[in-house]
Amino acid sequence: MATLDSKAPQGSLADKWTNHKNNIRLVNPANKRKIDVIVVGTGLAGGSAAATLAELGYNVKAFCYQDSPRRAHSIAAQGGINAAKNYQGDGDSVYRLFYDTIKGGDYRSREANVYRLAEVSANIIDQCVAQGVPFARDYGGLLDNRSFGGVLVSRTFYAKGQTGQQLLLGAYSAMNRQIAKGKIAMYNRHEMLDVVLVDGKARGIIARNLITGEIERHSAHAVVIASGGYGNVFFLSTNAMGSNATAAWKIHKRGAYFANPCYTQIHPTCIPVHGEQQSKLTLMSESLRNDGRIWVPKKLEDAQAVREGKLKPTDIPEEDRDYYLERRYPSFGNLVPRDVASRAAKERCDAGYGIMNNSTKEGVFLDFASAIERYGNEQAHIQGIHNPSKEKITALGEEVIASKYGNLFDMYQQITDDNPYKTPMKIYPAVHYTMGGIWVDYNLMTTVPGLYSIGEANFSDHGANRLGASALMQGLADGYFVLPYTIGDYLADDIRTGPIPTDTPEFDEAEKNVTEGIQRLINNKGKHSVDYFHKKLGHIMWNKVGMARNARGLTEAIKEIAELREQFWKEVNIPGTADEFNQELEKAGRVADFLELGELFARDALERNESCGGHYREEYQTEEGEARRDDENYTYVAAWEYTGKPSEAILHKEDLKFENVELKTRSYK
Amino acid sequence: MNLTLKIWRQKNANVKGGMETYKVENISPDSSFLEMLDILNDQLINEGKEPVAFDHDCREGICGMCSLQINGEPHGPGRGITTCQLHMRKFRDGDTIYIEPFRAKAFPVIKDLVVDRTAFDRIQHAGGYISVNTSGNTQDANAIPVEKEKADKAFDAATCIGCGACVAACKNASAMLFTSAKVSQFALLPQGRIEATERVQNMVKQMDLEGFGNCTNTGACEIECPKGISLENIARMNREYLKASVK
Ligand SMILES: Cc1cc2nc3c(=O)[nH]c(=O)nc-3n(C[C@H](O)[C@H](O)[C@H](O)COP(=O)(O)OP(=O)(O)OC[C@H]3O[C@@H](n4cnc5c(N)ncnc54)[C@H](O)[C@@H]3O)c2cc1C
Ligand code: SF4
Ligand code: FES
Repeated sequence: MATLDSKAPQGSLADKWTNHKNNIRLVNPANKRKIDVIVVGTGLAGGSAAATLAELGYNVKAFCYQDSPRRAHSIAAQGGINAAKNYQGDGDSVYRLFYDTIKGGDYRSREANVYRLAEVSANIIDQCVAQGVPFARDYGGLLDNRSFGGVLVSRTFYAKGQTGQQLLLGAYSAMNRQIAKGKIAMYNRHEMLDVVLVDGKARGIIARNLITGEIERHSAHAVVIASGGYGNVFFLSTNAMGSNATAAWKIHKRGAYFANPCYTQIHPTCIPVHGEQQSKLTLMSESLRNDGRIWVPKKLEDAQAVREGKLKPTDIPEEDRDYYLERRYPSFGNLVPRDVASRAAKERCDAGYGIMNNSTKEGVFLDFASAIERYGNEQAHIQGIHNPSKEKITALGEEVIASKYGNLFDMYQQITDDNPYKTPMKIYPAVHYTMGGIWVDYNLMTTVPGLYSIGEANFSDHGANRLGASALMQGLADGYFVLPYTIGDYLADDIRTGPIPTDTPEFDEAEKNVTEGIQRLINNKGKHSVDYFHKKLGHIMWNKVGMARNARGLTEAIKEIAELREQFWKEVNIPGTADEFNQELEKAGRVADFLELGELFARDALERNESCGGHYREEYQTEEGEARRDDENYTYVAAWEYTGKPSEAILHKEDLKFENVELKTRSYK
Repeated sequence: MNLTLKIWRQKNANVKGGMETYKVENISPDSSFLEMLDILNDQLINEGKEPVAFDHDCREGICGMCSLQINGEPHGPGRGITTCQLHMRKFRDGDTIYIEPFRAKAFPVIKDLVVDRTAFDRIQHAGGYISVNTSGNTQDANAIPVEKEKADKAFDAATCIGCGACVAACKNASAMLFTSAKVSQFALLPQGRIEATERVQNMVKQMDLEGFGNCTNTGACEIECPKGISLENIARMNREYLKASVK
């Protein structure tokens, strides 16, 4: 097994990035005008990268499958973005953000990258404010912060529950400025379907115009993949419906290694599945756990009565409720990290205490009654109301809750038709974020020269678990501040290359590959819709490769996914033609790639004989049912090389060296 | 629930479209409107017919991709929500539901219920930004304090999701509410003031070029806007525009 070189610079942690920037090659402004860069994806990562590359002087071609860059999935992020600004004076620092991120990731991320992320984080906030991003402010006119995901400082910047929207609109406005100048050519409703390599270097892509169905060739001196995460391999997830693995998977097939595919975050506070007609899951921001208490009934018969609608949760007395997070983790309580909270919910539901009245029976309560009472009493005190009635306290308390979480409570009521002020919310874990992705080195370059990957599409900074509010940070750090510099080091060799022609055998071959794939799908005329297969894949993934995994289930999953893939290629039915707007065809291509990725995913999980972060192997747990990591044997990044079949992928390892932090067991007891 | 659907079908921008009738059965009242269309589409595919094309992505009411004119209203019945947040319990068993694309000259139909809303992007290209370098040399974020009230108002304007319901609701197909939300966001922040004059002029000019109609203060846009963008923004844009033309 070959080992991979991360190219992390030498020197002390705090100096690495500065030294690196001082030593990498630059491209002079006049030469940048002779260089083209393709950016696939216009979310926080791709949007900020496209704008900055154009700002620096490169010619950028940006692609997204939606009708506008502003609709990229990043728009949906709710809670906030971290930055080590220490505006609150509560002891935050670059080192502390670095440390929390490394520990939160269960010591499976690269020190140098994470430190750089923490280092540039403060800059991100400055940049966004200058662009007109309306972050929350306090009455003194300064930026406000909140705390998130169990860390001990307030370092999360936010814009109500719509932080992702505001950050993305900021990046989009920066793009607009460059589009207006002609420095970015925007290709919306375009899907990248292959990458073109010339002499082993990435030199362009093949894309399909989704309106006309036309297959297009686009060349450039370098290609950046910022296509987001692959959580939809589970069918149901909190991702947008179109989120997909296609761009990442196609470059994997052309030589880019795929790292840690099995690291997937299951977010604990989502609205439970309502039934078989469901198409996607909705997240309720983690910030709710600051005030909500999580519980299930203590008695099995109560749980059953709740499911059958014979007993209301509000009628269950305190002593018959099991606040299981507070019980198991007294020091962190409801604020344990996401992986821990998710597994604890599953444990209770598996034991029969789930409260949902549908086929899955999976759900727990998130209860605001105590918070309403606490805030109500506080308000009565502040307002000088003596001996307030119970109703008055409730009314005052509800007002406070509404001011903090109003939009989330409305969204919950819209979806479930339940009033969360009056009855506890029902929640259950759902697939949310993929920590795995394309392997990249410190420069964010993949194993293919000239091919880069940023944002959720790469594997880099989160390790086996991602703490809240750090994905937005990573996307913008990569796009605004890291890639635009590191790419110069590579492009310095290309100042004399001139435009890359598209009428070459390499482009012919890639286009033929794409066209044949599409023809095969469209001519198949089988008997099942694409969704039929996607749902089946989702069931296998959730049941056998989901929140808890074991060798037997994984071995079965690998086989079942391969069989399903074979069935897909025999029986899928895609109406319409290839040369028109055809949404079923779009979906089919994405599901075909998920059907390969799913298998590698399961294989990666089977290979990793330990539990860490979002990867929980039932065989590797402590007596109390907590995850048991194996630092001796698994302190590495698993980077897979494609060889023609996912089951025959070759494992490469990047050994992770920890020089600045000591590996400790994560305990939240 | 069992429902009758009357849906606009149109192969592409160049051919005439028309209404078709479909039936769906056993729809759960807990399903969203788009999940109901998914079920119809699965049914159509199984019958060897072409599914209905419609736009959507986040299904969380935030990306602005979903559209649909439902029983004559953009995003259907219910206030302050997008189509993806509309649930079937808002309808009655046995109902007939009319589903059409957003209609406006500046939003040509691409296929069935999908329209082209890129005119909105071009309005943004004309000035929907603050001219600041993206290369990391900005001053500290707290260097310029912003009044909380103004920051909140800028945020409220910035929550526009660019869905186009305001245009579809307006009898003149005017894009005033959308454009004014963008103009307001920047006009309210100190960082955006510097270019305010050019911004409003350029964006309004582009809006007219795209073929959107005039605003006659009917207010239908505000009523149908899923994000509660207020008419106050139109008033603010008019003031900004007037100021700009006087200069
Ligand atoms: C509901 C929700 C809430 C969240 N809340 C938070 C939060 O509070 N804080 C936080 O830090 N993180 C949060 N996250 C995570 C975070 O939003 C994402 O990880 C992040 O936005 C990903 O950004 P990205 O730029 O990498 O990709 P995306 O925003 O997913 O963008 C992907 C882009 O790639 C394009 N694309 C994809 N495939 C192709 C193709 N083949 N061809 C052309 N274009 C393609 C798409 O069109 C899109 O433009 C949340 C996620 C969800 C789902
Ligand atoms: S103003 Fe309202 S209706 Fe118009 S595009 Fe924005 S969110 Fe949609
Ligand atoms: S699908 Fe995103 S707003 Fe409806």
